[in-house]
Amino acid sequence: MTGTVETGLGQRTRRLLAAWAWVVFAFLYVPIVVLVVFSFNASARVNIWGGFSLAWYGEALSNEVITSAIRVSLIVAAVSTAVSVVLGTAVALALDRYRFKGRRALDGTIYLPIVIPDITMAVMLLVFFAEAFKFIDSFGPRFTLGISTVALSHIAFNISFVCVVVRARLDQFDRTLEEAARDLYATGWQTFRRVTLPLIMPGIAAGGLLALTLSLDDVVISAFVAGPGSTTLPVYVFSSIRRGVTPELNAISTLMLTASITLVLGALALQRRRASASQQTQVL
Amino acid sequence: MQPANRPPASTGASGEEAAEVAKRRQGMLLASPGSLYLLIFFVVPLALISVYSFATRTSTGRTSLSGWNVESYRAIGDDVIVGIIGRSAWLATLTTALCLAVGYPFAYYIATRPRHLRAVLLVLVMIPFWTNGLVRVFAIRFLLGSNGPASALSESMGFGTFRILFTPTAVTIGMVYSFLTLMVLPLYVALERMDWSLTEAARDLYASGSKAFWKVTLPLTKSGIVAGSVLVFVPSFGSYVVPDILGGAKTLLVGSYIARQFRDARNYPLGAALSVLLIVAMLVAVALNQRSGSGADSGDRPRRRGRGRAHAEPEPVAAP
Repeated sequence: MTGTVETGLGQRTRRLLAAWAWVVFAFLYVPIVVLVVFSFNASARVNIWGGFSLAWYGEALSNEVITSAIRVSLIVAAVSTAVSVVLGTAVALALDRYRFKGRRALDGTIYLPIVIPDITMAVMLLVFFAEAFKFIDSFGPRFTLGISTVALSHIAFNISFVCVVVRARLDQFDRTLEEAARDLYATGWQTFRRVTLPLIMPGIAAGGLLALTLSLDDVVISAFVAGPGSTTLPVYVFSSIRRGVTPELNAISTLMLTASITLVLGALALQRRRASASQQTQVL
Repeated sequence: MQPANRPPASTGASGEEAAEVAKRRQGMLLASPGSLYLLIFFVVPLALISVYSFATRTSTGRTSLSGWNVESYRAIGDDVIVGIIGRSAWLATLTTALCLAVGYPFAYYIATRPRHLRAVLLVLVMIPFWTNGLVRVFAIRFLLGSNGPASALSESMGFGTFRILFTPTAVTIGMVYSFLTLMVLPLYVALERMDWSLTEAARDLYASGSKAFWKVTLPLTKSGIVAGSVLVFVPSFGSYVVPDILGGAKTLLVGSYIARQFRDARNYPLGAALSVLLIVAMLVAVALNQRSGSGADSGDRPRRRGRGRAHAEPEPVAAP
């Protein structure tokens, strides 16, 4: 049944709980809403409302440093998501249904990039790239920190997140469906392509979305492994905040908020459609 | 009944063995690209940072790998650094406690709504969580700034401007704001799979509402409390962005201190030693959580594991 849960609490406690919940929702949303509202402020003073204006958006988007940062962020996010979705899904499949040498070591290591703090991951990769470049340089080619080091670092943490999400999906997987396909003379590849892959697709999509979000979100690791000219948007925003709050920053932040909220809502809509579609097939 | 394209599994031991070997190879093949990547870009850097923590900082700020020593670890015992670690631990503990206090009633409310409302409220919880973390810290900075909207509001109401930015209070607010959802989600999962007939039974046996809560509901949601606390404590302790944007000189935390060693101070070995310490601390926290989590699971609710749990968890998109 879908009715209200009987928790055995008194009337007054229940009212207090409801009030508290809305206070918390306000706490979660008010700062964001205020930020967005003030991004449309015509006044350059951050605390005075001077009328509605889109001037700061124009200013932000005509700033070449910012547009270049947006471009870097998008490239890094696309590349790191694509690579980590493939590698992470393969690792998840291997861990879920195969026994092989080194499986336990891999199983333990895969969670580490999720657990350790960003700052330690950042300095680890910084030191690693410095040493690796020293080593490679002795053979001739010269490498420096840049967009590729940022992308390589993002893949390093995204593989783990994709793997965990896909594995959660594989956990709920009904293996008899694969057996049925096999019994109906499907080859291993056909079974994977026609049965396994469609069934874990929501997991892969969710993992990819998470990877995309984390890549666009990351500031600490990118700040350490980016070189001149490969600044991502969050790194730009981060260093600008240190210099002071400007209405231009509000405008960029609002653009970033819009992008991430669109991603989440899009994902939710997609999921809902898929869920209703699968319900229909069940009815049939 | 033997599919032509399957290895003849039932013909004998050697066939089974061959299939087993093929399966092993297939697994290796699937896992190797990802494993190789992790090896190069995670395990090697991890090993390097451990090596660096035993290196020496030369007078020019370079790192010399000749002559290993534990100087950097000894330096951690310095009063200044102990103070920074202590402050980080205190702020992380405070953040965790506040998240629990704020988040428990909140999760309780959501988990006890009718099913369709629950889904909507959960989406409302997830939206801020999925929006850019840096932007959310910036929103707090903007709101609390001495010439920001909150200050302007309090001035117009006659309370005068308030100076909260760059204090530990501001950092704590920012951390609670950033990490609250990490507490709410596991609490929600635990409360959602609560068997409410148990509190009903307690009430039937003349327990008061609050007694039923403290003696039944709270112990049954222990796994959610522990998981949420670890999820909040770990990023708070190593936090770098929040104290950097909202904190001042008095709120130097271990994350920022590590960053400093690799940026301005150029004392890589000390930064490396602190990183190793931070990683070990995180691993211990997570291991403790796993032990208590699995203990609570098998002890409290033997019937409610497996698929039931999978369904109780928020949808894939909602998973952190």
